[in-house]
Amino acid sequence: MNPHRTAWLFLAPALLVLGVFFLVPVIAALGLSLTDYDLYALANLHNLRFVGLHNYWALLHRPLFWSALGNTFYFVAVGVPLSIGTSLATALLLNSPLARCKPFFRTALFAPVVTTVVAVAVIWRYMFNTKYGLVNYALGEIGLHPVDWLGDPHWAMPTIIAFAVWKNFGYNMIIILAGLQAIPPDLYEAARIDGASAPRQFWHITLPMLRPTMLMVTILTVAGYFQLFAEPYVMTEGGPLQSTMSVLYLMYQDGFKWWNLGVASAVAFTLFVIIFAVTMLLLWFARRGERAAGGRA
Amino acid sequence: MNPRLARLLINGLLLGATAAALLPLLWMLSVSFMTPGEASALPVPLLPAHATLGNYRELFAHAGMGRYLLNSLLVASAITVLSLASNLMAGYAFAKLRFAGRERLFQALIGALVIPAQVAMLPLFLLLKYLGLIDSYAGVIVPSMASIFGIYLVRQYARGVPDELLEAARIDGAGEWRIFGQIVLPLLKPIMVTLAIFTFLAAWNDFMWPLIVLTGQEHYTLPLALASLAREHAQDSELMMAGSVVTVLPVLLLFLALQRHYLQGLLVGSVKG
Repeated sequence: MNPHRTAWLFLAPALLVLGVFFLVPVIAALGLSLTDYDLYALANLHNLRFVGLHNYWALLHRPLFWSALGNTFYFVAVGVPLSIGTSLATALLLNSPLARCKPFFRTALFAPVVTTVVAVAVIWRYMFNTKYGLVNYALGEIGLHPVDWLGDPHWAMPTIIAFAVWKNFGYNMIIILAGLQAIPPDLYEAARIDGASAPRQFWHITLPMLRPTMLMVTILTVAGYFQLFAEPYVMTEGGPLQSTMSVLYLMYQDGFKWWNLGVASAVAFTLFVIIFAVTMLLLWFARRGERAAGGRA
Repeated sequence: MNPRLARLLINGLLLGATAAALLPLLWMLSVSFMTPGEASALPVPLLPAHATLGNYRELFAHAGMGRYLLNSLLVASAITVLSLASNLMAGYAFAKLRFAGRERLFQALIGALVIPAQVAMLPLFLLLKYLGLIDSYAGVIVPSMASIFGIYLVRQYARGVPDELLEAARIDGAGEWRIFGQIVLPLLKPIMVTLAIFTFLAAWNDFMWPLIVLTGQEHYTLPLALASLAREHAQDSELMMAGSVVTVLPVLLLFLALQRHYLQGLLVGSVKG
């Protein structure tokens, strides 16, 4: 058999699935976002009109889009550093030669990652219940006033951020831990001989050696956190006062509740462009930082 | 710092973090055994006064939990088997078979990873609507029958298969499918286990796409059933916690049984973003 033909036969099922159910829809999404596809077009395609960039233009004049965008950025800007900080801290603890029972701690800390978002969001919603929640009960025990966690527009997003950190930190913890274990021990040995303190070793050996790992972890986490959806869907339904409405939730509502698929596609594409731009920005910063560090050395 | 103090501090912090990670899960388990209304009392009870399986009975007898559990099992298993087959074949082809444009095609696939899956969801819904697959198992399964991440994972691993082995088999006159089935697949077993558990967990936990494509309760997977239950029965904490246990426990046990493979996949998959 012709080796080229064999290769394509092996590739065919996967490429077919990815092409038909991913690539074509993505391109179609761009087309869809330039139309007024709605409930009427869903019933009869003759009602479909090409509207150019009108959906994008209208989006820029829609307060709900801006608040969803603001909420999503809030979630990313606060959630990602907290998340990665927790991952780094736990990875450092697990990597310490003084830590005991490492396999147990590692598994337990990782457990939330494999749980189902919806199910654990239900648990959190209950734990942060104003009246009977464990959290307010604990606050009461130390003499603090109860907080209406998911019902107060100022507290709803922080509660969702805390949930996301709890749910996700284990993933990056494992990756950072592997990064830590890949740092050659003789670097620390040499630093100790030179009399460098532990914080200085961390600052001058651990952090620079972890750079590539941290960059990758940051990019993946940022992209993932921009796709906030299930958490507000289950915990707050986007409320209170739309304080937890995310861009993706907006897309879901526009598309599958009001059946404005053209508008929803514009929302989806805008989110994609934002994620892409932020990723590029992070890479640019990293490259610039690298050059600066290289210049110093 | 005093080394004994340091040891105490490090292990104490680890213990605290572990407690924070496990507390919600343990509490879920505890409340799921409480009698209805018991958890809505002050002071908040930590353990059930009289442990009961009543909530589970209620879920399976009246809330259709058995059906949703089977739906989840069916959908996640089908996705796992089908995507495993296509990803193994494609990953192997990218690693070991020669064809024009191989590297460029692979780079293009990796590049496509930056596109969030949700961008495709609206047209995908229309496509499946015209195919008549809305509100069916197939509607959930079909778009997940291959994954770029899976192809990448297999390719990285399959590159370690020695070319001499494949050449020798070719010289002996073995066909490409036989080589794949009898020589390559056995060597790929570790990555198969890794990819299988990864795919199964992701499919089991998936929420947004099933929520979109399943319009009736009949085909609901567990996360969907739980989300709709949580909207209707927000006050029945004990029932909700039992539902969460039924949803989370299977994947948690699967992870505990195969965690070495799972963590390995996580690391291979993230060597290069």
